Amino acid sequence: MNWNAICTVYFKELTDTLRDKRTLITTFLIPTLVIPGIIFGAGFVMTKVIKKAQTEATSVMIIGAENAPELAEEIRADERFRVVASAEDFRDQISNKAIRVAVEIPEGFEAGVSSTAAPDVMIYHYQGEMKSGMGRGELRGFLNEYRDEMVAAGLADRGLPATIARPFNVESENVAPPEKVGGNAFGGFVPYIVVILCMTGAMYPAMDLTAGEKERGTMETLLCSPVSRVNIVLGKFLMTLSASVATMALSLIMFAVSALGAAKFFAGGGGGVGAAAAGEGGGFMMLIDPWGVIGVFAMIVPLAVLFAAGLLTVSLFAKSFKEAQSYVSPLMIVVILPAVMGTLPGIELTWKTALIPITNLSLVCKEMLSGIWNWNYIAVIFGSQVIYAAFALWLCVKMFNRESVIFRT
Amino acid sequence: MIEVVNLTKTFKDKKRGVVRAVDDVTFRCEPGQIYGLLGANGAGKTTALRMIATLLKPVSGSATVAGYDVVKQGAQVRAAVGFLAASTALYGRLTAREMITYFGRLNGMDDATIRGRVKQLADELDMHEFLDRKCDKFSTGMKQKTSIARTLVHDPAVMIFDEPTLGLDVMTARAIVRFVRDCRDAGKTVIYSSHVMSEIEKLCDQIGIIHDGKLVAEGTLSELQARYEETDMEEIFVKAVGGEAALAAAIAKQL
Repeated sequence: MNWNAICTVYFKELTDTLRDKRTLITTFLIPTLVIPGIIFGAGFVMTKVIKKAQTEATSVMIIGAENAPELAEEIRADERFRVVASAEDFRDQISNKAIRVAVEIPEGFEAGVSSTAAPDVMIYHYQGEMKSGMGRGELRGFLNEYRDEMVAAGLADRGLPATIARPFNVESENVAPPEKVGGNAFGGFVPYIVVILCMTGAMYPAMDLTAGEKERGTMETLLCSPVSRVNIVLGKFLMTLSASVATMALSLIMFAVSALGAAKFFAGGGGGVGAAAAGEGGGFMMLIDPWGVIGVFAMIVPLAVLFAAGLLTVSLFAKSFKEAQSYVSPLMIVVILPAVMGTLPGIELTWKTALIPITNLSLVCKEMLSGIWNWNYIAVIFGSQVIYAAFALWLCVKMFNRESVIFRT
Repeated sequence: MIEVVNLTKTFKDKKRGVVRAVDDVTFRCEPGQIYGLLGANGAGKTTALRMIATLLKPVSGSATVAGYDVVKQGAQVRAAVGFLAASTALYGRLTAREMITYFGRLNGMDDATIRGRVKQLADELDMHEFLDRKCDKFSTGMKQKTSIARTLVHDPAVMIFDEPTLGLDVMTARAIVRFVRDCRDAGKTVIYSSHVMSEIEKLCDQIGIIHDGKLVAEGTLSELQARYEETDMEEIFVKAVGGEAALAAAIAKQL
């Protein structure tokens, strides 16, 4: 190995790459413009939609209002609701989003209330539709309050204490430290994003520096120089690794900065629950253990090496950039699937899951972000990643020395 | 000097089995001389030159360039060689100056020496006007000049040209031919491969006719004319490879 030669190749590749619009878009433009754009855009739209949904009265259809005139009147009087005229096709109207919810009061409601068999009041809603869901919540809350008031009045009439109907209250309190809560909620998501970014950051340079060079005819020019192929491939590998790490780091920094910025912005100007929701979304970074973040970066380095060397090796087989794309694109699925597995609820780090590449990394990162440092697993997973990465790099150097690969026709 | 002895290269091909791309080729080229390798497409010229430039490894035989063995002393051989081929392109996103500087550094030259050399080459090749422009915006002539400067930056003793005029316009091709002569006049050892008879006829001191991987005839132009009793290079070539039928058969084998 000749570090002078490696650095010469590396800095040339760096200059070349920084002048390539496609790489600049993947590595710099997407993280610096697109991520903040998406977060602020989504935050703006969400705040607006939520605010509108909250300020707008929920359109409710009362079916069988004559069965409970007093209850119907109370609903009409509540400013949270806008009661629309009763119609047969209320199900269609909900499905078509013409109204948010409908409530059906059965016949004999008044009589039923005073008898032993409790009548069923049915709320019709559109599952998964935000406004309908909010309306259902509001209506359910309203009916529960109305029922509690009826119970309290009935008990008071009979001279009984209210505790007969509610002998005890149920409260809950979180005892897990904030970083564990944050780590558990977002710990699976962060390594997943990091793995994907690591891969996408390395993809374009790996293809351009190998298959792209073959296609443009510069590979043969380079191989004519006295620099040995090991040094050439190491220079190219370091460039691919740099692009991978830069994409990952820049994306994460921009993601964190945008999320925090959006939280403050919408908390200041958005108002209402929308701002609170945005605040919760943006504030999670503070709940994650900072040592965990450092741990994730340390664990991800051998994976970045593995991706850079692996993608260079695969791309080296191709004669053209297009051919390389057809080899590399399916690999994305191979990477995404185990990364997704690590985010699924219920999948924990065990000696079995510790042996599944990428999934193990996702799981151990999730733990580290929650402040759990299981050193045995960390050592095994880090060690295995280093071995995979070293093997990929060795294979890459070996392939670069094969005539049948470099001069494949 | 280049000395090639019984050089052989085989490839495995799915359709044709083991192909002897270069078969037991022996020749020698002295400093101040242009050795022309003449052959049809697929005759084995590029494979032979790639072995001399250490890009490919021979399966048997040997070759020495400026006293260095192509198998055991690859780096020294490449340091002594300037390789220019139709397939050796430029980095489009680098300027001509950066391109030449990069290859100077790859050849282990220090920056001060490279700066001096770039100026000298830009003077000789009249490159100052486009020296700091990116290569992908160049005309064919500018590209060729930059490629020549790239091959010459480390002042190699041996120059290898593999079909350097392929696809070029007449003016650029003439400039290349002039440059090849200049290399010979400067005392360099030059190998020039082509399938263009007229170029070989005009340029080369020694001519080797390669057919189906084998060197079938060798000599000066006058020696070949005397041996085949023809004055026209094309006729000499056809006779040397065994007639038009043999030539057609060799081309058909590649399809």
